[in-house]
Amino acid sequence: MNQEVKEPTPEEVDKLYKRLDKEAEAAGYHLNPDIEFTKELVRSLLINERRYGYWACPCRLADGVKQEDLDIICPCDYRDADLAEHDACYCALYVSGSVLRGEKAPESIPERRPAREDRSQFKEKQEGKVPTGTSKPVWRCRVCGYLCAREEPPGVCPICKAKKERFERFM
Amino acid sequence: MEMKHVEGENKGKVILYALSTCVWCKKTKRLLNQLGVDYYFIDVDLLGREEKDKVIEEVKKYNPVATFPTMVIDDDKVIRGYKPEEIRKELEK
Ligand code: SF4
Repeated sequence: MNQEVKEPTPEEVDKLYKRLDKEAEAAGYHLNPDIEFTKELVRSLLINERRYGYWACPCRLADGVKQEDLDIICPCDYRDADLAEHDACYCALYVSGSVLRGEKAPESIPERRPAREDRSQFKEKQEGKVPTGTSKPVWRCRVCGYLCAREEPPGVCPICKAKKERFERFM
Repeated sequence: MEMKHVEGENKGKVILYALSTCVWCKKTKRLLNQLGVDYYFIDVDLLGREEKDKVIEEVKKYNPVATFPTMVIDDDKVIRGYKPEEIRKELEK
């Protein structure tokens, strides 16, 4: 199997970088201010998109089967916890306000992703009846924690732009 | 399984398990190049499935969670993640 794909052009990288930066700032997140570093990661996201069909996390070994990689599609399920604890996500694509202000420098951090059997995409879904007192099921975005009460999760998370498949039944 | 060889000053057997897309891995390679040491590396994400599984098992011997970069010096000293100080300490001796 050959994993080589067409190299993204600088224009493509630039375009996605600008989009991610805009979306991040609008949702209260920040991209790493080290533009060279960040653009290398954005380039890797484009490579992974060509290779796997989705934005597999550049700093983790993707399986290549989407269901297996669902928790590490960027932004991954672990971004917020790592931002809170280490001021950066695992790849340091996203960083905290203190890194943005230059008070801290991101570094290589420990892996938070659990063993396969403990990953949320393999946990049993909480199916069942709508709990008493609520008229609709409640859905939770596994990426950013956004909650909404409606029949179906939204197509795209209005906060972090994660897709529908990243939602889990919360109540 | 084929490792790429970067020639340089011999500071022991240095093996780097890396991913081609990972920026921490790239930084590690850059540091090794800068230090001018002799090393071998493999970009595990570029392998086919069978070979990939084999290499993962190998990495797990040194680093049970198999994260990248994993650097192994003389089959013994293991450095997990991009740790510039630790790498310098080991290879600038
Ligand atoms: S948020 Fe960071 S750690 Fe998570 S997938 Fe994206 S680049 Fe990787």
